Amino acid sequence: MRTEAKYVIIGGGISGLSIAYNLANKGEKDIVVIEKDYFTAGATGRCGAGIRQQWGTRLNCLLAKKSIEFFEKAQDILDYDGDIEFKQEGYLIIGSNDEEDEMFDANVKLQNELGIPAKKLSKEEAKTIVPYLNTEVVHSATFCGTDGHLNPFTMSDAYYKAAKRLGVEFHTYTTVLDIMVEDKKITGVLTDKGEIRTNIVINAAGGYAKHIGDMAGVEIPVYSQNREILVTEPVEKMQGPMVISFSKNIYCQQTPHGAFIMGRGDNREKGYTTESTWQFLDEMATTATTLLPPLGELRVIRQWGGLYNMSPDHQPIISDAKAVKGFYMACGFSGHGFMLAPMTGLLLSEMILGQKPTLPLEDLKLSRFEGKNLAAMEKSVV
Amino acid sequence: MDPKNVIICRCEDVTLADLYELFEEGYQTFEELKRIKRVGMGPCQANTCGKMVQWEIAKYFKKPLEDVKFQNTRPFTLGVKLRSIKEGADDEN
Repeated sequence: MRTEAKYVIIGGGISGLSIAYNLANKGEKDIVVIEKDYFTAGATGRCGAGIRQQWGTRLNCLLAKKSIEFFEKAQDILDYDGDIEFKQEGYLIIGSNDEEDEMFDANVKLQNELGIPAKKLSKEEAKTIVPYLNTEVVHSATFCGTDGHLNPFTMSDAYYKAAKRLGVEFHTYTTVLDIMVEDKKITGVLTDKGEIRTNIVINAAGGYAKHIGDMAGVEIPVYSQNREILVTEPVEKMQGPMVISFSKNIYCQQTPHGAFIMGRGDNREKGYTTESTWQFLDEMATTATTLLPPLGELRVIRQWGGLYNMSPDHQPIISDAKAVKGFYMACGFSGHGFMLAPMTGLLLSEMILGQKPTLPLEDLKLSRFEGKNLAAMEKSVV
Repeated sequence: MDPKNVIICRCEDVTLADLYELFEEGYQTFEELKRIKRVGMGPCQANTCGKMVQWEIAKYFKKPLEDVKFQNTRPFTLGVKLRSIKEGADDEN
């Protein structure tokens, strides 16, 4: 392994790959990505593969909208020989009470102001989009037709191959053991395969971002939590959009491959387990078959868990660190790092290189949590 | 026999030629092959192809079979309908 690099990126998930690609694409050299397992072994490869712009905060809406604009052209921009399986058949967000109905009004207003083509729907209108929706348990809904699906594995592979062609070096199955800091400046990274001297470390470690922050002496206010998910056998196409509900605690979509992916959150303890439980299965099966009855006939073939890395306002932290020069981070995505990755890589590379940012950076920085009340809190999270 | 005609993963239609292509691109582990080509991700959950994939990795990279890691084994062993799971949950309550 090389002993010196300009940039060391920790984490081979979608965020780390996008950061590596964006730095290299801007002409930077000597970029190394360290991944303790295989690519997408963490949250990226475990996520629900959904891409949406229907958010409740301005920041998340803009990050998502600009990311989708990239995904629409990603296959060509990254010159990928596989298929990223991007499909835009929408997200149908189901509400079940008056409180959510009010939230929908406010969210759609904000989204429309920002140019996101979402609309509010009655339950009858929602049924025209997903005909087998059980409207007895639906109050109202919103829909955005340009939201959709993207394959987390092949999308990551596309970034990986493009970055590799631009000269980025990758070390999988390599674990970071420590980060060296002298006079409040980054000086190196120690791995189980040797030491790399560097002045810039980028923490894209997903569920383990806090550990990496601790190694450099940078406190990051995030925690991790297991979220479970399952997949069914593939069947003929029957559902276009992702169906999602915050109050019912479900997201559920049919992938282009034919399988249904569905998941839900729960109030599990904070920590690092990604175990699968029978409680999840019972709850998931009950919710899914109540809201979308024909899905009862589908066979579940696999279940798994993955880590959400939660930030205090459920919005990402894309930031430098005041305490340590040369330490940067992209974490706290609160379950949505995959769909925001294009902007993560672009904004962080602009920040590092001191270029004019595509979006205002202040709202993304770690310093927003210092002492004052949070300006905006994202509630549209499953 | 032409590797293009040797089906390794019957659920996801992955051939031996597909595996060779990935090996040449630098993907060396079951987990990586699975994520790019879906080998072992179908209804049988690698119960049919798992050992064969392991063998092919061992042969191609000239490693002893015992050094080739099998894929993560996850529930389920057998497909179960969502309706049956829901009915089971209802019975317990």
